[in-house]
Order: sequence, then C-alpha cells, then structure tokens
Amino acid sequence: MRVSFLYYEECPSHDLALERLREVMAEESIANEVEVIKVETEEQAHELRFVGSPTIRVDGQDIDPPIDSGYALTCRVYHLEDDRISPLPSKDMIRRALQSVANSRPG
Amino acid sequence: MANLKPGDNAIPFELPGVDDRRHALGDYADKESVAVVFTCNHCPYARAWEDRLIDIQADYAERGVQLLAISANDAKKYPADSFPRMKERSEEKGFNFPYLYDESQEVARAYGAERTPEIFLFDKGAILRYHGTVDDDYDDPAGVRKHYFRDALEAVLEGRHPLSAQTVPVGCTIKWK
Repeated sequence: MRVSFLYYEECPSHDLALERLREVMAEESIANEVEVIKVETEEQAHELRFVGSPTIRVDGQDIDPPIDSGYALTCRVYHLEDDRISPLPSKDMIRRALQSVANSRPG
Repeated sequence: MANLKPGDNAIPFELPGVDDRRHALGDYADKESVAVVFTCNHCPYARAWEDRLIDIQADYAERGVQLLAISANDAKKYPADSFPRMKERSEEKGFNFPYLYDESQEVARAYGAERTPEIFLFDKGAILRYHGTVDDDYDDPAGVRKHYFRDALEAVLEGRHPLSAQTVPVGCTIKWK
C-alpha cells in the first residue's frame, strides 16, 4: 500500500493532519512509510493534481475525491460526517480509505 | 505581523458590502465595540469558524457589538472569493453582519492582516483591545478550551483589558495580488 501526504506549508494544519494519518495507520497496523510531498509552486500543484492542503492518497486514490476542484496552492476544505467544515480530514475518513484499499487487495 | 497593536487607534475605511451599500467604520461609532474580521469564502479555517462568528454576533448584538467581515483576497487567483461569490456565501450562511469587499487590498494592508480569519477588536473609543484568533480549536467547536474572542468581548464590554490581548491568528494566508 502506498500512502502519500501532500501539503502546502502556508496551511497551518498540515502537521496535525500528518500526525492524524500516522495515528490511524498505527491503529490499523499499517507499517508502511508515508511519502510526504511538499507542494511549493503552482506548476507543481498542476503536475501533482493537487487540489489543496492537506491531500492524502492511498495507492494514488484521494481519500475524499474532490468534485470540480482546480489545482492550486491552497488550503483544502473537508466536509465531515456531521456536516461540519474542517481544514482536516477526520480519522474516520482516513480509516475508511485505508480499509477500502486494504480490503480490495487480493488476500 | 499586524500593523496595529493593542492600544492603537482603528484605521478608518469605507468598503462596499454584499448588501450593495457602502460601509464606513465610522458608521458604527455608536457601538460599544466593533470587531473587524478579515475572512474569505474559500479558506477552510474561515469556513470552520463562520458559524461561531454568526453565533457571537447574535449573542452580543443586544450589548452593542458589531462584527464587520472583510474579504481582501485576490479573486483572480481565487475565484471563490469574488464579490458575487461573497454575496452567495453571505446569503447561503445567513451572515448577520456586513460582509465587505476590500478589492484593492488597501484596508488589509493598512491593518497588516495576514490570515483568514483574523480579528481586530475595538472598544467604543475605537482603540484596539484584542487582535488574533477566534478560539483555540478550529477543528471542533466542542473541543474549545480558550474562547479568546468571546473573553475579549466580555472584557471590553466591562471596561477591562482582556487577559489575552493578542493571540496568533490561525488560518489561510491572505492572497495578495
């Protein structure tokens, strides 16, 4: 399983989001390294299909696939399960994405 | 770093609002306290705190508190922050305070605002009494331990100096032209 974490430094929650990702991975007994990518330019944002910070991908799949979002150096809006808006994905959101990929792999 | 520090005078401005009226800071001189809040549409931090700002305006309106929200982001780079989209956002959320557009970014630059949201709270004499963030948990309203803005409002309305007169604004950077 390849887990990528893409961030833009001007969004202050990236360290907390990375910590949250690592916590969930530990809880799910996923020992893989997280590939951390700092996105620094608009060109890089386009190349990496970066819709905002933080972005987490599991085997290349966004944990919360964006709808109609452009690529930009920006902070990302997450719509949480209880209808709140947050700059951070919830632990449940991360967990579901990790489990979904793990369960789809041949056993 | 903000250009204003606690004890400094407010910097006057006049800006168009989403209600298609012009709003000058001086229009609110009769208020007990005015909070100038730099914010925007697209930033998740600004959006996470929107409901709490609406609640604060509702809770303190009768005590003479007025919030003035200002968006100064470059709408060319961030179309979600354009004036028409500000009108939509205000309508959608039911903002109970003016939402003003600082298209030239002169007001944001004069104040030295850097983040969205970022609060400048003035007393009745237009003296800055608090500068900073809303509270200590953007992610979870139930997890808030330090209600910096509310505490500062209480202090100002009681004629005291807030215990925390400055906190670090947490949010997206203002998108300069």
